[in-house]
Amino acid sequence: MSAVLFFIAAIGAITGAMGVVLMRNPFYSVLALVGHLIALAALFLLLRAEFVAAAQVVVYAGAVMVLYVFVVAYVGGAEEPDTGFPASAGSLRVLGPLFAFALAIELCIAMLGTALKGISGDGAGYVFGFGTPKEIGRLFLTTYLFPFELASLLLLVAAIGAVVLARRRRGLEGPDEAFTQRLLTPRSLLTGTMAESTGVRSGFGTEPDRDSDSEAERPNAGAAADRGQGGW
Amino acid sequence: MAIGWYLVVSAMIFCIGAAGVLTRPNPLVILLCLELMLNAANLALVAFSRLWGGADGQIFALIVMVVAACEVTVGLGLIVAIYRRQMAVNVDELNELRG
Repeated sequence: MSAVLFFIAAIGAITGAMGVVLMRNPFYSVLALVGHLIALAALFLLLRAEFVAAAQVVVYAGAVMVLYVFVVAYVGGAEEPDTGFPASAGSLRVLGPLFAFALAIELCIAMLGTALKGISGDGAGYVFGFGTPKEIGRLFLTTYLFPFELASLLLLVAAIGAVVLARRRRGLEGPDEAFTQRLLTPRSLLTGTMAESTGVRSGFGTEPDRDSDSEAERPNAGAAADRGQGGW
Repeated sequence: MAIGWYLVVSAMIFCIGAAGVLTRPNPLVILLCLELMLNAANLALVAFSRLWGGADGQIFALIVMVVAACEVTVGLGLIVAIYRRQMAVNVDELNELRG
């Protein structure tokens, strides 16, 4: 029974992996990866790693794949031009699969010639409680407490990094000429108040083009005016 | 099933992922193939954990999942930033930093 389940899950996992690599549309690649992850969770269950299997389905197939689907939908999964699998761009397209095939043969040789006698057996005897959340939690909070805390720090850094990377930023396109000009224009005293920036009061002795500022630029203009009064 | 079979499946998934990283030009698919390789390593870790009867390999697999989630977050942020700047989302054309 476990052999049948193993072969079903293994074939599912390998088919999903092939699907990820071979699909032209990135959206279908993501869907193939979801199938691959679920098959892999079945393999984890066969290895009696219950908590890892559950985390795999919840965290990976649930959360991370949703992130992928959103980004693929945002970027627009443009289909690549179909030029056959060894695409014309570079010798890497031809050498890559050859390299992977050589690596597979190498790994199989390493596994056949291993001195580990255990890998032809079923593994250690099953102890009750192996791989349960209780056991994993106990290890995380005793032996592996430091890696656990480090992982939380890493997650925080990654979250902040992603927000910083993906935010809509200004200034990358070069300096805003109008804004710089407004900053450098000398202004008379008693101008640049909050009332002026919100448009309640027009500027006192300012240049006339201030009133023609668009609604969106008004807060910037107010900030510039405030800085102009305070700084210079 | 013998543990060796799990290791064979893990090796095959890893090689498929490596081939994908080398051949596909889309950074999204390259990230997906990196996930494949990390998952293959996870499978091997869990298989070894079963082999020795200790849960330490499973702890390692969970930490690998955390690191993979971080990598995905930052990588997708980079792809979104590339897309916002109207550059081609294609690793063959993103070669300005190449020496």
